[in-house]
Amino acid sequence: MCSLESLLEVMATIDKAIDKRRTVMAAEPVTRPAPWSARRNRWVRAIGVAAILAIALDVYLGLWVTPPDKVQGNLVRLLYIHPALATVALYVAFALAALSSALWLWRRTRAPFFDRLAAASVETGIVFIALTIVTGSLWGRPVWGVYWTWDATLTSTALLLLLFLGYVAIRKSTADPQRRARRSAITALVAFMDVPLIQFSVLWWKTLHQKSTVLNPSLTPKIGGIMGATLALSFVAFLLLFVWMLINRYRIEVLKESLEGAEMEVAIRERVAEAGTSGHLELPADLRVPVSGG
Amino acid sequence: MLRDTLLVAGKDLRIELRSRVVINQMAPFALLVLVLFAFALGPDRNPLITAAPGLFWMAVLFSTMFAVQRSFSLESAEGLHDSMVLAGIDPAGFFAGKLLAIGCELFALEVLVTSGIIVLYGAHVKSPAELLVSGILGTVGLAAAGTIYGALVSGMRLRETLLPLLFLPVASPVLIAGTRAWQIGLQGNSSASSPWLGLLGAFAALYICAGIVLYGPMEDMK
Repeated sequence: MCSLESLLEVMATIDKAIDKRRTVMAAEPVTRPAPWSARRNRWVRAIGVAAILAIALDVYLGLWVTPPDKVQGNLVRLLYIHPALATVALYVAFALAALSSALWLWRRTRAPFFDRLAAASVETGIVFIALTIVTGSLWGRPVWGVYWTWDATLTSTALLLLLFLGYVAIRKSTADPQRRARRSAITALVAFMDVPLIQFSVLWWKTLHQKSTVLNPSLTPKIGGIMGATLALSFVAFLLLFVWMLINRYRIEVLKESLEGAEMEVAIRERVAEAGTSGHLELPADLRVPVSGG
Repeated sequence: MLRDTLLVAGKDLRIELRSRVVINQMAPFALLVLVLFAFALGPDRNPLITAAPGLFWMAVLFSTMFAVQRSFSLESAEGLHDSMVLAGIDPAGFFAGKLLAIGCELFALEVLVTSGIIVLYGAHVKSPAELLVSGILGTVGLAAAGTIYGALVSGMRLRETLLPLLFLPVASPVLIAGTRAWQIGLQGNSSASSPWLGLLGAFAALYICAGIVLYGPMEDMK
């Protein structure tokens, strides 16, 4: 029944269909994201280099130049990392995320910029918060004798990390950009409102129930001279690092969005091409599959 | 708004009374939690009574998630949301109605869990006012925060796992303050309870305001 000619004919038809689809795809190239201007690139790179230099100087001053503390000895050197990380994470990143979420929600200032900025600052903030907790535990082990204690600051920082992770989870599980932006912005704001309540509750939870706290205030060294300068430098260094990471995370978000858009465009064109060819794809009579049985 | 609140709350409570999900599933679950805690902590009464305030609020917290999920699965039926919008229900009223219904269900559950703690663990309540006030304030706060998050994740594919991740850290002040107020209530030292009750009240007020303000924008996205 099935002659070689008719088989060849079918193959030729399929080939034609594929060719047509290729031409459809090639006709309009998928839109590419606008590249960053060279000037802007230079600026970002300059911030990155400045951050690296500042951190290198901070490490040098912190490890070799500054003297060990009278009470804490060499452990005091963690002071040149930990407070800076914590300040950037808890104040800069979280406040920026809340502010840009609020600006996105407010109709007058609604722009994709704020949504991306919020996402970027939360994700960068997670890195800083995690590092804050890790460096804090490293310090806590020799000083307090334990990696973790249910201290007020530690507990509320950990809760904040969980709130941040919730934000990322809800962002990752929504595909539609508008809904994602709205859900994320509301999540960030609702979580932000909770911060003072968490702070208070955890603080009272400790102070009202534990008479002596492991965080002895007299442990806090008085800072001055080279130690003070190094501490101040660490704030600048980690703030620069944060800004650099934030800008790059923002770029990734832009590229991701344009990739999603491009993929969607390809998929639509493929469907259009399929629909366009199906009308012309006619099988020779002897190859048509009977509808019922046979 | 008040009319809408009562309409929505009435609808939800009526559905509950007819389907009896809370009575048939959530109440046994809460009691089960009490029994499981007793297994985990051993049959000795003292550790159970010491842990009772925390156990109570943990049971309430988990039940809140069930109540919220149940409440928003009612709304997921085909076209139901559209008909709500067409009926002109005020978003703030809708929020308040959901909150009221969830709050009522939770409160009924709390009464049950409290009697469970008194009977099963043999706890003595020295000043019941603390238990009552903290129960009411905590329930309102949990229901308000739960309703916001329930609406936020409703319609999402991963809502069952997302809700606990988002809601539980936010609800931690209620767990802390509620547990302390309950400890005071069981021990009878009334003067110490006011900051905790204040915190519970602040949480409830904050999340009610947030829900009323944010519920409109949240409804837009469905």
